Amino acid sequence: MLYRETGQFKTSYKADMAVFPIRQDRIGLAIILLLAFVAMPLFGGGFLLSAVMIPLLVFALAALGLNLLTGYTGQLSLGTAGFMGVGAYACYKLTTFFPEVNLIVWILASGFFSAAVGVVFGLPSLRIKGFYLAVATLAAQFFLQWCFIRIPWLYNNNVSGAIEAPVRTLFGMPITGPHATPELRYLVVLSIVALLTWIASNLVHGRIGRSWMAVRDMDIAAELMGIRLLPTKLLAFAVSSFYCGVAGALMVFLWYGSAEPEVFSISQSFLILFMVIIGGLGSLIGSFLGAALIYGLPIVLKSLFPMLGLSVGAATVEHITFMVVGAMIIGFLIVEPHGLASIWRTIKQKLRVWPFPY
Amino acid sequence: MNGQTMSGQGMNGLALFSRRDDSVAKGEPLLTVENVSLRFGGVKAISDVSFDIRKGEVRAIIGPNGAGKTSMLNVINGFYHPQEGRISFRGQTRRRMRPSHAAAQGISRTFQNVALFKGMSTLDNIMAGRTLHMKRGFFWQLWRHGPALDEEIRHRRVVEEIIDFLEIEAVRKTPVGKLPYGLQKRVELGRALAMEPDLLLLDEPMAGMNLEEKEDMCRFILDVNNAFGVTIALIEHDMGVVMDLSDRVVVLEYGRKIADGAPDEVKASQAVIDAYLGVAH
Repeated sequence: MLYRETGQFKTSYKADMAVFPIRQDRIGLAIILLLAFVAMPLFGGGFLLSAVMIPLLVFALAALGLNLLTGYTGQLSLGTAGFMGVGAYACYKLTTFFPEVNLIVWILASGFFSAAVGVVFGLPSLRIKGFYLAVATLAAQFFLQWCFIRIPWLYNNNVSGAIEAPVRTLFGMPITGPHATPELRYLVVLSIVALLTWIASNLVHGRIGRSWMAVRDMDIAAELMGIRLLPTKLLAFAVSSFYCGVAGALMVFLWYGSAEPEVFSISQSFLILFMVIIGGLGSLIGSFLGAALIYGLPIVLKSLFPMLGLSVGAATVEHITFMVVGAMIIGFLIVEPHGLASIWRTIKQKLRVWPFPY
Repeated sequence: MNGQTMSGQGMNGLALFSRRDDSVAKGEPLLTVENVSLRFGGVKAISDVSFDIRKGEVRAIIGPNGAGKTSMLNVINGFYHPQEGRISFRGQTRRRMRPSHAAAQGISRTFQNVALFKGMSTLDNIMAGRTLHMKRGFFWQLWRHGPALDEEIRHRRVVEEIIDFLEIEAVRKTPVGKLPYGLQKRVELGRALAMEPDLLLLDEPMAGMNLEEKEDMCRFILDVNNAFGVTIALIEHDMGVVMDLSDRVVVLEYGRKIADGAPDEVKASQAVIDAYLGVAH
């Protein structure tokens, strides 16, 4: 088969410790990046880009952030949407205060605000574990959403109570507002997501990632290795919230265009948590797969009936989609409780030894 | 392999344990436990126990179940805080200490029930043991190339020495959860060694092993002690192992010390025989 690592000997630790030690993986990644950066904007079309790819990337980024916290560090959080909201509102305030600064700077900077909030709500994690910590983060979710509704300063005293992305430009072209092209918005989102994914990969493959996983797997032993629990957990909360905050800012500015506080409700938090669980806890690629399954599958199913030439009522399609997606999620979890990433690993393992069973 | 062991430089001139702390001379007390008492509510786990561990020796702590052996280890590495008594390590006395501080001072340990990081590979587990020795901060780690990667590679080399020493090359990249029990115990020893401790606490390293695995583990423990010069305190129920390995034995029963001395003295002590076999009242 094509996917086989036989003969690829490593002669240095550097080569052996690479994130993608197998050549086929590197080629595959290059192809995916090429498709995403070149082919997709050229041939994708407006609908595919703005209604499928941008949301998918935004959700993938949020899921990735939550995965760093829940999957890698083992700290269950239900505050994801709240942290996304912090990012979105911070970005809104920053760009309306300082309109002349490039929006991308503010999108990334808003992550720091959400990281700071994340650290504050991460403080109970030293004492509280598991489901109880989830309840503590639930407080973050409700408190933050309350802030988005009750503090008019956050939405510049708008009558509507919503935040609307003002028109901002990049190299003279609008990237937000009604005249922004889907291609440009998509490329901006993709670049930020790709950059942050690369950074997350650096983090989890090094000392910090190992400390996180050590805390997740056996916190007592981790402490006796000299890993201090509170700083390690708080760092995970900070990094995770940073990712969620950036995802929230991207969501409002480059996808929705405007947002009400309801966007950052608890159901959004759950949605992202499900993406992480179905994609695979403790796996970066799992975050993307999970987002693709939960967000992408309904879109595919909805367009399936017209494609097959069946005329089914919109409501029926909606119901069928719910049922099929639900059944598929249960199916996936029965087949592989560790998520889509684990299925992907199994496939790779099978391919490596093909045609032999092991 | 030149077969030569050089004290202070590790086996075959390895980088591991090349920088040793020699502030305490061999044979001098490295750790002193003085009049330590530990209570959990009304339960006295340890009452008024004193003993010392000398640099370079293998010190066994034995006793019947529930005697307070594991509690003693937990006190030593700062996991429990005794209500009374003092503990000095390398001449520094402390009353309260967090486990991570104990680790930083050079105390490492293994657990009775294997406490490995189950989701990580053998390599990552032992690399995690190097955490204390890794200095590159968060902002270097964001950019994994350059200094942070150089540091990783340097520590990988040390970890590979441990992997060679413990003969676990074949399972280097296997998730430890999938390894058989005997190998898991060995990986745990490797992870503790990666910290380059001055004092290594082993909590029942041979529990649940067959004879062959026990012999392997004994050999590793003796090698760690001889070649790397690590002081070892070990809890073990296999009396043959204890008597063969250890230089001195301390015996606990119901949280009290009932004997302390060379293995032969302890074996002959009436109090120890009574504790293990029971007495007719």
